[in-house]
Order: sequence, then C-alpha cells, then structure tokens
Amino acid sequence: MTAAVAKSALAKSTAHSIVEASPRAKAVASSLVILYAVISILPLLWIGATAFKSQSDAIAYPPKVIFEPTLEGFVNLFTVRTRQTPDFIAKLPPPETWYDKLVRQHDMVIAGPSKVVPRFVNSLIIGFGSTFLAVFLGTLAAYAFSRFRIPLADDLLFFILSTRMMPPVAVAIPIYLMYRQLNLTDTRLGMILLYTAVNVSLAVWLLKGFIDEIPREYEEAALVDGYTRLQALRKVVLPQAVTGIAATAIFCLIFSWNEYAFAVLLTSGEAQTMPPFIPFIIGEGGQDWPAVAAATTLFVVPIVLFTVLLRKHLLRGITFGAVRK
Amino acid sequence: MDKMTTILQPDDATFPGVGGPAKSRSTRRVRGLSDRTIAWLFVAPTIALLLAINIFPLVWMIRLSFTSLNLSMSYLPLRFVGLDNFSDILNDEDVWIRLQTTAQFVIWSVALQVVIGFGLALLINRQFRGHSFWTTIILLPMMLSPAVVGNFWTLLLQPQIGPFNYVISLFTGVPPSSFSMTGQVSLAPWTIVLVDTWMWAPYVMLICLAGLRSIPDYIYEAAEVDRASPWRQFWSITLPMTVPFLMLAVLFRAIENFKMFDMVNLLTSGGPGSTTELVSITLKRAAFEKWRTGYSSALAIILFVTVFGAANIYVKALNKVKQR
Repeated sequence: MTAAVAKSALAKSTAHSIVEASPRAKAVASSLVILYAVISILPLLWIGATAFKSQSDAIAYPPKVIFEPTLEGFVNLFTVRTRQTPDFIAKLPPPETWYDKLVRQHDMVIAGPSKVVPRFVNSLIIGFGSTFLAVFLGTLAAYAFSRFRIPLADDLLFFILSTRMMPPVAVAIPIYLMYRQLNLTDTRLGMILLYTAVNVSLAVWLLKGFIDEIPREYEEAALVDGYTRLQALRKVVLPQAVTGIAATAIFCLIFSWNEYAFAVLLTSGEAQTMPPFIPFIIGEGGQDWPAVAAATTLFVVPIVLFTVLLRKHLLRGITFGAVRK
Repeated sequence: MDKMTTILQPDDATFPGVGGPAKSRSTRRVRGLSDRTIAWLFVAPTIALLLAINIFPLVWMIRLSFTSLNLSMSYLPLRFVGLDNFSDILNDEDVWIRLQTTAQFVIWSVALQVVIGFGLALLINRQFRGHSFWTTIILLPMMLSPAVVGNFWTLLLQPQIGPFNYVISLFTGVPPSSFSMTGQVSLAPWTIVLVDTWMWAPYVMLICLAGLRSIPDYIYEAAEVDRASPWRQFWSITLPMTVPFLMLAVLFRAIENFKMFDMVNLLTSGGPGSTTELVSITLKRAAFEKWRTGYSSALAIILFVTVFGAANIYVKALNKVKQR
C-alpha cells in the first residue's frame, strides 16, 4: 500500500522534473494566454454592455465605458413603438407597466409586440426539429456503419461527408428552385429538412466514432442471452452511447441555431430564424444598436452555456470525429 | 437450442422489413430481423434524405448550368446554350479577380490563425494554473453564429462610435474618425481577415493542443537525457509530431473560408466597391439578385469541383491523422 503510493509519487515527481515547464515558463505562458483571452472576449463584453445602454449612450463619441444601465434595448427589441406628441402622451392614462413608462420617456407609445418572439420560436422549432431528426437518422446509420459490413462503406461515408463540403450559397440555388415547386419556400418544414440533411453528415461521423468505442462484446453477450439485434441496440448500445448522442445533438443544435446563409436565402418571413433577423432590427434613423445588442446577447447566452457543457467533446465535434484526444 | 442458431446463422432473414422484435419473440422464437436487413434499414433513410436534399438538386443544377435560365425572366422558354455559361465565367476577368480576392483572404486568414493558434496551444500546453478556464474563454468566439459576429463587429468598427478605432488611436495617436476599417479600400480586406482570425484562431489552437498532448512524455525525457536544447526539441519533436494535426486544421479552415459567405456578407457585404467580394458573395448576387440561374449554376459547379479537389486531399490527411 505505502509502497504503491510512494511509487506513484515518485513517477509523478520525475514527470514533473523533466517534462513539466518551470514555474517561470508557466508564469509567462499564463500571463500571455490570459492577455489574449481578455482581449478576445472584450468584443463580446462590449456587446453585452451595449444591450444595457440607452440609445444615446450606445452611439456616444467617444464610446462610453461607464454608463447608466437601462432596459431600453430589451424593451425596444420586444416591442414596436410609435412616436407621439407630448400633448397626446400627457392625455393618456398613467402607464401601467415599467416598460410603458420607459417608452413614454422618449415620447413614444407601445403599438404592439415586435417580430422577435416568432423569430425566436422559429429558431427553436427548426433547431430542435432538425436536431432530433439528424440525431435519430444519424444514430441508426452510425450503428450500421460501426457494426455491420456494408458494401462500399468508405465510399458511402465519404459521400455523406462530402455533402458538407459544398458552399451553402451554391446548394441554395437548386434548393430554392425545388422548394418553389414543392411549396416549401419559407416554411419551417423546408428548413428542418434542409438542416437535417446538413447535420446528418456530422451526426453519422461523430456517432460512428462514439459507437466504435463501445466494446462489441457487450452486444454479443446480449445476443447470446437471446436478445435480438434491435433489443441489444436499445438496451445495451444506446445507454452506453448516451453521452455521445447528447454531445452530437448539441453540435447539431448549435449549427441550426447559428446558420445564416440558407436562412437568409430561403426564408423571408414565416420561417425566418434569428440570425437573418437580428441585423435588421431598425430603430429611428438606422440600426437600433441597443436592441440589436440585446438580441445578440439573448441569442448568444445559450451558445456560451453549451460551449461550457461541450468542452470535453468540442475537439471531436469540430473535426468530425477525426481527432478524439 | 435457439441461442445456438442465433450464433450460427445470424444472416438468416425470416421477416425482412416487418415484425418488431417483441412480436417475433412472442409468436415464434426467432431472431428478429437479419443483420443485413437491419444494416440497410438503418442506412437507407440517411442516404435517401441526402439524395433528395443534396444529390437531386445537384443534378438538376448541372442541367440548369447548360441553360440560359433567368428567374426574373422565367416566362422565356428554357434555352440550352451548351457550355456558354462556363466559357463566359472562365473568360470573365471579374470572376478571376473575385477568386483572387478569395484566395488572398483564405491564405492570410489561415496563416494568421495557424501562427496565433499554434502559439496559444504551445503556451496552454504548459499547463499553468487555471489553463482550462482560460481555454474555454478563448474558445467562445468560434462557437458563435458567423452572421451575428459579422453584424456586431460592424458596431465595434464604426469610425466614431465604435471602440476599435478608439483603442487604436490610444496606442497610435491617429484620430479615431480618420479611418474606417470597413469602408476603406486599403483596410477592408484586412478587416475581414482580422475578424475571421479573431473567430477561428481558437479552432486551430484546439486541434494543435490535441496534437501536442498526443506526444508521449518519454520522447522529451529521452531528448533531455541526450541534452537536446529546448529549441532543438521544438524543431525535431514538437513541430514534426504536431504537423499532421496542423494540416488537418489548415485544410478545414481553408475549405470553410473558401466557402465564406455569412460573416463577410454582414461585415462589409463585399464592399467598399468589390474589394472584399468573395466568390460566394458573387455567386449570391448572380443567383439571388440578378436571378441569372443558368450562369450561377455553372459558377456553383466550378466552385464544387474546386472544393471537391480540396476535400479529397482533406480526407487523405484525415485518415493519416486517424492512423496515429
């Protein structure tokens, strides 16, 4: 017992002495990396701060670092407002809510909700719909590629991957024509199908990697015990692959959530998602930057959470499972 | 007994395509679907979807590339023009200029990302305290939507109200409103390189980090015993063993940036003039603004072929890394 501890401590100490960097090298590395991290995160922090600025603070010159936070940007994001004369506003009954009050300070009244909620809902429906389909199809295909001998498997896998190599604008040209014929232009179904097709390639490649790592012996034991293939898949393989499936799903979700090229070319209203919508949040006289920043912040927060969640599998996801660490 | 048959005859297809496992078990003690049937049932939906959404439209587009179809004048009868579209494109000086713009963008952005990404990976690999937290922070930009990134950088880069020019003027003394990163012909091409590098250097970093961590400690220990200098260790161990990973990162980034549309479209939309008009933006304009479907189909096919050439190299490199 003590011998084992001593041995492991010894192994550790030798590894430290030769391979690990000296304290000074570490200090230099850490300060450089932290400097880069801080600089690279500043643009995001700036947008987060702009979301809480008033219109005049957002476009102040020189740019304001210290400002009085307000929720104007968020109110503007969720509402459509009309400008009224001060007399008209004075005659109105007193504001019922804090946001009515906030808007009236600028001689405006709320005319109704903006389109941001329907766009957000579209993003959610299309994101989750395409993710579910892609992961479902991808799991089946990945299992087959992993466990069975499929003729021309390598060619098929390359074919599946190569569909991802095409420039989205180029793919959009025939899709646009096809969807016009099928009445799928600007529909959620059309976007779900398209995103599923794009995501399924990632799903197959990633999930094949995850399923390859599950020892075949588990299933073989189950088969010997009288399970059918499908039962073995459901009761033995899937529970083992849950982490991989979850990671794959998050990657698919992030793709659909972030996608812009197809969305801007193939949707205009009904099925429009957030990315093509955000840049066109307009106030009086150009882009309403606090509202744009508010939308961006709300849009980015889930991605930040997912990045933290995915940290361990990130490498796999971005290399289609080629690098597993 | 029936367990034995399961093992001996796994390919005996009794109920092709029908009958769930539970049902077949209750009626007769059979093995359910054969492996072969299952394999095809599992792969077929994916292949069918890709055929419908990717291959069929592609074939259609190849056909259209031989026509003079213009959607803004779709009342005209479909006229086949042979290879005219292709020869028009390849003889069009503008298209070549756009391809050059794209190539320059790809080369500069990927080169910068490799230098910064590899540098960061080397530093992070020293495993200082808290390196994992800071790595996650550094990774954030690449997870964002390129469109949203392009959009909010236009705010950051506004000559007067944006903080970027202001920070530059703090360091250089140049008045912040005297230059415009997105509006000036001399600066705009560098702006798209800058923002792309901000976004994707972490990508190269993450892959390089995996490469660095794949090098076993004992190699360095052996080098240390041989009294190899750190400089020598870097050139004869670290770099050569990370190169396959670096190559993978470069190929991924090069393909992605060759296709680049979203971020640049929102950041500069190809301007000023056409100084940042990447070939994807040209394609979008031809297809969705001028509605020259025949012409843009031909251009799209030319781009396909180019990307597929790159994709082949990429898959070979990918397999090489996988073998390690």
